Amino acid sequence: MPVSERVDRLRQRSLESPSTLSIERAQLTTKFYKQDTGPVSAPIRRALAFKYLMEHKTVYIGDDELIVGEKGHAPRAAPTYPEICCHSLEDLDILESRDNVSFQVSPESREVQEQTIIPFWRGKTIRDLIFQEMAPQWKAAYEAGVFTEFMEQRSPGHTALDGKIYRKGMVDFKGDIRQSLDDLDFLNDAEAYDKQEQLRAMDICADALIHFAQRHAKKAQGLALEESDPRRKAELERIAQTCSHVPAHAPRDLWEALQYYWFVHLGVTTELNPWDAFSPGRLDQHLYPFYVQGLEVGTLTLSQAEELLQCLWIKFNNQPAPPKVGVTAAESNTYNDFAQINLGGLRGDGSHGVNDVTYLILDVVEEMRLLQPSSSVHVSKKSPDRFLKRAAEVIRAGFGQPSVFNSDVVVQEMLRVGKSILDARDGGTSGCVETGAFGKENYNLSGYLNMPKVLEITLNGGVDLRTGRSVGLQTGDPTQFGSFEELFAAYNRQLNHFVEIKVRGNNVIERLYAKYLPVPFLSLLIDDCIARGRDYHDGGARYNTTYIQGVGIGTMADALTAIRWHAFDRQALSMEELLAMLRDDFRGHERLLQMLLNKTPKYGNDDDYADDLMVAVFDAYFDAIDGRKNMRGGRYHVNLLPTTVHVYFGSVVGATPDGRKAGKPLSEGVSPVQGADRRGPTAVIKSVAKMDHVRTGGTLLNQKFSPQLLGDEESLDKFVSLIRTYFKLDGHHVQFNVVDARTLRAAQEHPEEHRDLIVRVAGYSDYFCDIGRALQDEIIARTEHQVF
Amino acid sequence: MAKGIVFDIKRFAIHDGPGIRTTVFLKGCPLRCQWCHNPEGQAPRPELVVRGNRCIGCGACLAACPSSAISMDGNLTVTDRRLCTACGACVEVCYSETRELAGQEMTVDELVAEIERDQAFYDESGGGVTFSGGEPLLQPGFLLAVLKSCANRGIHSALDTCGSGEWDELDMIRKHTDLFLYDLKLMDDSRHRELTGVSNQAILENLQSLSQAGHDIRLRVPVIPGTNDDADNMGRIGAFAAALPALHRVDLLAYHDTAIDKYRRLNMNYPLDEVRSASAQRMNELAQVIRGFGLTVTIGG
Repeated sequence: MPVSERVDRLRQRSLESPSTLSIERAQLTTKFYKQDTGPVSAPIRRALAFKYLMEHKTVYIGDDELIVGEKGHAPRAAPTYPEICCHSLEDLDILESRDNVSFQVSPESREVQEQTIIPFWRGKTIRDLIFQEMAPQWKAAYEAGVFTEFMEQRSPGHTALDGKIYRKGMVDFKGDIRQSLDDLDFLNDAEAYDKQEQLRAMDICADALIHFAQRHAKKAQGLALEESDPRRKAELERIAQTCSHVPAHAPRDLWEALQYYWFVHLGVTTELNPWDAFSPGRLDQHLYPFYVQGLEVGTLTLSQAEELLQCLWIKFNNQPAPPKVGVTAAESNTYNDFAQINLGGLRGDGSHGVNDVTYLILDVVEEMRLLQPSSSVHVSKKSPDRFLKRAAEVIRAGFGQPSVFNSDVVVQEMLRVGKSILDARDGGTSGCVETGAFGKENYNLSGYLNMPKVLEITLNGGVDLRTGRSVGLQTGDPTQFGSFEELFAAYNRQLNHFVEIKVRGNNVIERLYAKYLPVPFLSLLIDDCIARGRDYHDGGARYNTTYIQGVGIGTMADALTAIRWHAFDRQALSMEELLAMLRDDFRGHERLLQMLLNKTPKYGNDDDYADDLMVAVFDAYFDAIDGRKNMRGGRYHVNLLPTTVHVYFGSVVGATPDGRKAGKPLSEGVSPVQGADRRGPTAVIKSVAKMDHVRTGGTLLNQKFSPQLLGDEESLDKFVSLIRTYFKLDGHHVQFNVVDARTLRAAQEHPEEHRDLIVRVAGYSDYFCDIGRALQDEIIARTEHQVF
Repeated sequence: MAKGIVFDIKRFAIHDGPGIRTTVFLKGCPLRCQWCHNPEGQAPRPELVVRGNRCIGCGACLAACPSSAISMDGNLTVTDRRLCTACGACVEVCYSETRELAGQEMTVDELVAEIERDQAFYDESGGGVTFSGGEPLLQPGFLLAVLKSCANRGIHSALDTCGSGEWDELDMIRKHTDLFLYDLKLMDDSRHRELTGVSNQAILENLQSLSQAGHDIRLRVPVIPGTNDDADNMGRIGAFAAALPALHRVDLLAYHDTAIDKYRRLNMNYPLDEVRSASAQRMNELAQVIRGFGLTVTIGG
């Protein structure tokens, strides 16, 4: 279906508007905090701050819009959160001047930051508190790049909503809160008063969101009065009606449902800046009843439904991810805030969830081609092939969406950690690949853990080679190990040492958020915060998970394989020689470097020698983390995803025994080392599936495909079979990079980084880097014709 | 136990028959087609392949070569093919993978174990194994043993063959083969001799016999502009195919000069220099010619 002129204009505006820093939220928050509110509890104070924001932040309704509301004062204006981290003037300079993903900062904003925000918040942010509270060991490991900390600039998040807002208005939530207040047992429950404060705070937030919507209704009414175009006038009146009804009451049609979600989204992401923004979760499931009902009674057409969805997509794209501070301001470079829409999956009764709205949303994803929101398809063995095939067509378009998840495994992962079957089927994945029970779980990602760095420290007697500082345990002289098993045991001890430092730090950080920055608005949305009278940050959710994300398992597998193969099994190299090569970054050891690269088993080729070590690395990581207690009554679990941190982590790790040079990126997700997988996608899938994905909370597998491999119907069917087989083998997730000509050119420049790139040549397929230059050029030309 | 010479195993082959397949390339071919895109498959014995662009000039191969066939030319190695016995000693020490052997001895069990690795994919996609080459029929005993072993494991098998060979051998093989990908290039026998080095008489007779026996056959016709893409040849192919008692479909495969690099790695001359690929339009026209005989035609494998 062609995109309407309205949507085209909105889309262009969203794509072309520069991203700016919006000072309004920081200014209002500071103003609120400067008021004398008297002695109030933390939840009430945060609720009043939220209320203040909802009452005073700019109400924006743009031309052409059907879904209204912005997080900043205008589209693509990103607010800041000084109570969490406060931008210095240097940070603002970096944000403004960096080449990619820059933010404009107006002179007025800069002045407010300098005169008001910085003086008030310096030394008082959660970030300051965190660094104050962390032990020297934690700081040393953090600075060495052993792990990162997610909560130093953004609040705990990664959360997605379930279907409750489509059945209940804020007024209904207030009723639930009232009930919980009435049930408080002041005679026997020592926490009754704390619960009362928490519940009252939630109640204030429910009213605040209603008020925020009413301000939009009023604004729309005003604009309607001034509007001369009768069509737009009617639309504005409809917007006014919608905003007067939701979120106070349950939505009655598709338009109200979408607008309600959007107000909730703005509420959550204005209250604080939770990781991965916020997600509507299983949107096709939630919207289907409204869609069917609208078509049946004739109040909705297919094209209206599509246009409303497109308007929501643009709203997501209007919200650049919150700009960072400090080192990450320079390094973090994406506008993507990782909101993820789940499609398909399973329903509560175990049947598959694919419906007409699923396909409609896939159309919208393909038409909009926007960075945000991300979309994912959730495939069960019960899902029809048509669904996966339609998704494959969108993937073929080559902009990386949607990613593909295995519903059956996602559900198993949740059952393994004790979630109910209903909650598991109602859940899905958010952020990148993280499994959660939507609307019922606080599943934090607490940070990435750099496995190859831990190995490096082990190989150097506890010393960080880069800084010369002693940061880890002395686990023995690696040249004296009599067997590979001894070396691996040393790595394992080192790993546990750092995991304990990380967990200890995180347990403090969780308490800091619970004590100083409760989130009463988010809490009222997540079961069972109201019933328990507890905050989302303080164990209020039904399920409470903390994930630590392992990074570099491919590099680890290949590094250990090289050590075991050459130093122990074949004894072609002594540990002394190997360590000397690493210290020299392979300079002067070209021939042996080639041996490490080419004459060593590698993970990703369905070779058990290397794959078994990947499994050993995974098991060690799992055993070190899974089941440890967090501070919210829940437990730690593992997942394996990198976002882009494998680049940063690589930059702090010297040369590794797999032949990787110092400073180069680590492997990403559970993918093999870049270019090390040379036996095609089935071999990769076989290797990766040797890991027990069911014991994780998410793994990430990237695959590169040339568009020609998905050229015709038959190829598409085979592509679908490839994914189905990965899922039959219990893989969690896979995403496909259908490469464009630019990537192919990069492969020509740096063939060593693209050894795994497969292209369809003619009657056969070949590795791109193995074919002649002229043919490469020809394929590049072909690719451009085929894809664009 | 019979051993075979295999020069490549490609997994996730998606254009060599139904579903996701593993294609096994058996070495040795009775034909010398001028457009051959697997020249390393022609000779029956292992051969040395040299990818000069990977060489780091370490010189380890010089020391390793028992036939003194390798010398240095500046930073690069030069191999005297007349002295090289393809013993593989240089390959062992060539860490940069400049030197590789095309052709490796494998036992039936070793090969079947490789094939079996992707069984989960075959099951899901309705795929299996395809034997190609070279010409698999040149290693009939080995091929038969592998085919039987695959059949025992429920693995669907396809044979990509030029059809040139003794019927007795093909007759033995066919009973354990699920699908034939049967190459047909030129109907005119003298042209066939000229451009492939052998007569097409046995090829056509074998095809006739296979079809008579009721086998599932896909005809594979390479389209080489200026060589076999004339309306007369295509018309004759169409007429012959249409007269066969059973035929699954005809695949038209466009020629590309993609194998030039492979010839260089073997120090071989590329026989067809100035041939360009047929345009998509031309491929469609030729498909129409063959469809005129009431046949199902697809472009591409």
